[in-house]
Amino acid sequence: MTIKDQAAIVGVGVTPYWKRGQSYPESELSMACTAILAALDDAGLSVSDLDGFAIYSNSCDPAEVASVLGVPEVRFAATTTSGGGGCAGALGLAAAAIHGGMATCCVTLMTLQQLNKRLGGSEVGGLLAYATTSESASPYGGNGISPNAAFTANSGLLSPGHSFSVLTQRHMHLYGTKREHFAEVAISQRENALKRPTTAIRNTPLTLDDYFNARMISDPLCLFDYTLETDGAVAVITVSAERAKDLKQQPVYIMASAHGGTGRWGPAIFRYFQAPDDEFASSGHRPVAKRLYEMAGITAADVDVALPYDHFSPMVIMQLEDYGFCPIGEGGPFVAEGNIRYGTGSIPVNTHGGKLSEAYIIGMTHVKEAVEQIRGTAINQVEGAEIALVTGGPASLPVSGTLLRK
Amino acid sequence: MRPTTKGVFPAVLTETFADEATQPFWDAALDNRLGAPKCTKCGTFRIPLTPFCFNCQTREIEWIQLPGTGSVYSFTIVRHPLSPGLQLAVPCASGIVELDGTQGSGARMIVNIIECDVDALRIGDKVEIVFEHLAESESKMSVPRFRPIRQK
Repeated sequence: MTIKDQAAIVGVGVTPYWKRGQSYPESELSMACTAILAALDDAGLSVSDLDGFAIYSNSCDPAEVASVLGVPEVRFAATTTSGGGGCAGALGLAAAAIHGGMATCCVTLMTLQQLNKRLGGSEVGGLLAYATTSESASPYGGNGISPNAAFTANSGLLSPGHSFSVLTQRHMHLYGTKREHFAEVAISQRENALKRPTTAIRNTPLTLDDYFNARMISDPLCLFDYTLETDGAVAVITVSAERAKDLKQQPVYIMASAHGGTGRWGPAIFRYFQAPDDEFASSGHRPVAKRLYEMAGITAADVDVALPYDHFSPMVIMQLEDYGFCPIGEGGPFVAEGNIRYGTGSIPVNTHGGKLSEAYIIGMTHVKEAVEQIRGTAINQVEGAEIALVTGGPASLPVSGTLLRK
Repeated sequence: MRPTTKGVFPAVLTETFADEATQPFWDAALDNRLGAPKCTKCGTFRIPLTPFCFNCQTREIEWIQLPGTGSVYSFTIVRHPLSPGLQLAVPCASGIVELDGTQGSGARMIVNIIECDVDALRIGDKVEIVFEHLAESESKMSVPRFRPIRQK
């Protein structure tokens, strides 16, 4: 007995997307509530129906949100651990809660305001926060700095971008992956974003020259390999498959969901990159992909549109490999051959523009796009799309994947 | 911010915050030696030390002196200074060094790679450890970095 096809996404709600910090005077709490109310309305439901929070990365405090909105009774409040890697997996959490009888109507959401903070540790001070948050403080450490922080703090790797550069360099070394391949990811997603009024910042075409003329941030990643930095909130509502049939929208069934990864992948970018050799130059998604397809009873060939987490462009390529759209190590040539282009490619990728070119709401824009593709209402609609893949991570464990179907 | 040299990431952590388990590493570093904890049962190195061996779940370790040489497993060249204080340090090489005398995964070090041509650094390059002894450090910290081994 699995959660396969037992629950469905029935509502999607969203705030506008803003450039980093510009959502003020909104707050993360107000944006979360706005997105939740919009998602409930989209589903034809109300606050009185909501009884579960299935979130990731502690995206909001259900205590605050339920109190502000006046949710009559909270029956489920749980988050996948760690950060954005749990994004797609939180939909599985919602399905499990509903299928297990613990809740009837769950919200999954992210709300993000980078006003007094900037994700990615852009100041040296942020390094110390990174070095100290991945482990519990030791009574011997003092000032909350763990003894192991001293092993990484002075390395010069300050941000996720630096760490993913190291990961990417190894992939290039092993497989011959090139910057032209990363450019194709960035350019194709920009093309997708251009048709969308929701695009937060990058609303002009991107050429290969633009890409190669952009400043390098940390080799081999340049400005256009990096995610946007934005504010906003996205929420989706999940109910049982049975109940979904009677609601306003066409149900989008949660076909399968999996999260986790190899234990030694561990905190990955946030500590030591101690992953085994055979998995180091990957997205960390391979074991998750295997379980995901087993639960769904399908293969990559059955997926019509893919929405992989794209905080850094090479991570799209590595996920295409790990989710079986092409063999391991061949992701670069695969994208170069035009396979991920909307309209012409064999597997359209991030048809909304993704984090690279639409907005960074830590993966939830990908969930929204997957739902719209299956409903048939996407701006860049993939004709006849019946199955969509959406993912979270690479990041610290867990990374996650979910398959949605018509 | 401490004085900055091109290619050298200035230490932001100037205390070791060591506990009993990690102190031997920093004691050896003060003496320009690379000490590493090795599982007494299965021989797996784990840097930094964790409470249990990830291979055999044993707790006991012995401290081994490693040669302090290794090879570049992967790296990045940081071009964009994320803080104004780093403008003189970039471009700066940082990466993962696989240590000679260990099993590899689980014993790699994440370090600043100095005294290198940032445009010529390659995965597989042979490197050796070099310690900077921080004068202002109350706990007498020595920061380990690596540099290419010059062709003889």
